[in-house]
Amino acid sequence: MESKLNLNTSLVDKARESASHIAADTQDFIDLHTTVTVERAVCRLLGIDGINELEVPLPNVVVDHLVAKGILNGGAAYYIGNAMAETGMTPQQVAEAIDAEKLDLSAVAAHSIEEIRAAIMPIASAATERIRGNVARRNQYLNEFGDKTDPYLYVIVATGNIYEDITQAKAAAKQGADIIAVIRTTGQSLLDYVPYGATTEGFGGTYATQENFRLMRAALDEVGEQEHRYIRLCNYCSGLCMPEIAAMGALERLDVMLNDALYGILFRDINMQRTLIDQYFSRVINSFAGVIINTGEDNYLTTADAVEEAHTVLASQFLNEQFALKAGLPEEQMGLGHAFEISPDVENGFLFELAQAQMAREIFPKAPLKYMPPTKFMTGDIFRGNVQDALFNMVTIMTGQKLHLLGMMTEAIHTPFMSDRAVSIENAQYIFRTMHDLGSELSFKDGGIIQSRADEVLTKATELLGEIEQMGLFTTLEKGVFADIKRPRDGGKGLSGVVLKDECYFNPFIELMKGGEA
Amino acid sequence: MSGGLYNTHKADFDTTLDLTRVKAYGDTMNDGKVQFSFTLPVKNDERGMEAARQLVRKMGVEEPNVAAAKSLDKEFTFYVVYGSVVHSVDYEHIHVETVEEETMGMEETDEFIREHFGRKIIMLGASTGTDAHTVGIDAIMNRKGFAGHYGLERYEMIEAINMGAQVANEDFLKKAIETDADVLLISQTVTQKDIHIQNLTEFIELLEAEGLRDRFVVCCGGARMTHELAKELGYDAGFGSGKYADDVATFAVTEMVKRGVK
Repeated sequence: MESKLNLNTSLVDKARESASHIAADTQDFIDLHTTVTVERAVCRLLGIDGINELEVPLPNVVVDHLVAKGILNGGAAYYIGNAMAETGMTPQQVAEAIDAEKLDLSAVAAHSIEEIRAAIMPIASAATERIRGNVARRNQYLNEFGDKTDPYLYVIVATGNIYEDITQAKAAAKQGADIIAVIRTTGQSLLDYVPYGATTEGFGGTYATQENFRLMRAALDEVGEQEHRYIRLCNYCSGLCMPEIAAMGALERLDVMLNDALYGILFRDINMQRTLIDQYFSRVINSFAGVIINTGEDNYLTTADAVEEAHTVLASQFLNEQFALKAGLPEEQMGLGHAFEISPDVENGFLFELAQAQMAREIFPKAPLKYMPPTKFMTGDIFRGNVQDALFNMVTIMTGQKLHLLGMMTEAIHTPFMSDRAVSIENAQYIFRTMHDLGSELSFKDGGIIQSRADEVLTKATELLGEIEQMGLFTTLEKGVFADIKRPRDGGKGLSGVVLKDECYFNPFIELMKGGEA
Repeated sequence: MSGGLYNTHKADFDTTLDLTRVKAYGDTMNDGKVQFSFTLPVKNDERGMEAARQLVRKMGVEEPNVAAAKSLDKEFTFYVVYGSVVHSVDYEHIHVETVEEETMGMEETDEFIREHFGRKIIMLGASTGTDAHTVGIDAIMNRKGFAGHYGLERYEMIEAINMGAQVANEDFLKKAIETDADVLLISQTVTQKDIHIQNLTEFIELLEAEGLRDRFVVCCGGARMTHELAKELGYDAGFGSGKYADDVATFAVTEMVKRGVK
């Protein structure tokens, strides 16, 4: 692509190198540890599902048992495999036996690692085959219907009731939405388990459960077949159950997942050690399942100033890129995030937005960038709101953003009405049509406002990454560099679920998924 | 359906302004013009349009005119309807509860605190309950503030503690006791099905149950909040859109003086 911004490529290289060192440093820490949700995700992929009489999910029953016996360090696969080698049970039967207190994994006679692997690997391979099948199914749909070259229109549904969500999602898909995201119920990110079954009660969103995933997937396939378009399904692979949600999404063919540890640390006060470890396995799964991840840099600008703190967005995108590469995630699946959040009162604010979006496009040329609409300066004045959303739509079509989260003119008033979504889709479609090739017709003035702004942001981001490289990521987060929010290394939720791996530990899915292309 | 850009009807109503009988204003005094937009779960056809007209008529609107009807799905249609509302309100006799104090600036408030208390005032804020949005509480508390009004963190004489979003009422109260807070600020931004009312009520009940209601000045805020609603729910004040940190600070410190807090 021809650069419109005349970016200093040596700065880009330097920033990328710093980010790579920071990620490598953090990865050394990640590789030594596992967490309760990583092990529950292993359980889920081994086919352990369902709840007990007290409605505790069986993956939690198994992992709580490992914790109680003080043997989580060995990992779920090792101990379940050992029990399978001893008893000939399936993983589900092992889980049920633990729940019935008929089996104590710490008391089973130890088998050799060869026997354990012989028991567990065929089951693990069956799960990865199922996920491969999902990837093939998605590709089959995309081959049949073709994939959209223009930005994907991304809308959210958030009724709390999966069946009502389906009604809304189908209507939105018929109106032109390409990605449907089912917002999770408020507070789910802080649950250290994944609820079970179809759900009809939620606040500000709907529980992410495997059954809800399945129901929505089936509904979107149905409407997609009618419309001859593949409708992508998005959910939230963040919070305390990151890798479990990734596993469920891979099994039910989700296409897009919010997936960003930094977001959870800053905005949900989740412990940084815990969530960085969780993020790694979840990205391995997402990578294998062909899922596009979305990162949460856009959120920084909801608390920090979009003009002054723009470089933190870019710095974080560099970091997210490197962390994703560590998990084997290809650039084509990196939905790096940013947002249109400059105050409407700022003179030339639109030019700054254009500079930032174009810069992200040029620095991450293959990434399907996720671009978030204005929220902070949406006031309830729906008429001005519709104009703000229109300006946001223009930036997307002019700079080739890919995951275009539609702004709602009723932002800050209520969760979207069916009609809000329709108005929004029409706004975007109109602008994408009427300004379709404007971007390729325009070049920016040498040394003008747009080029200078991009240069300033890149320079500051490179400096910041240099500083983070010195401090390390954990210290950076403690200092409140991102989003003006400070988080202590040992603070936040979920630290107690982190343990060091011991020498018997193995995770069959990291081996299977990182090794092979899906 | 006539429509058209220009109103060619001769105004056959009295066009003098009467504040005891205020009507909506389109382009002529007392024309009563209002606009509606809504969705009906019906097909987009003549019958659907008539349904839209009838619904608007039942809301007290004359000559409803369906300006746009658009299918959202097979059985859902979006309507934009115009008409003239027949009702009027007596503006002269409306009484509204508002926070009356003249708002002080940041330096003025700091000076006021030095003079009356000689110590820092502790203000604890959070978006409580299930609300995940921090935008409201941040606008009031973050150093930078919002729309040119500095946030409470910037006040020299205010110790501002922002607990962020999704704080349980119990945890909020616990923190209030722990930090010996003077003023509690609760934000409710976007909530579903009026859950914010229930949540706000619960907090006051919690305070009362613990016998702590009088210990704090308690304010709530949010886009859908009014001072009147806040008072009804048992709060000392409520701040809706267009209110900033200086409004909140002014109210809180003058209320403390009124109560004789030292």
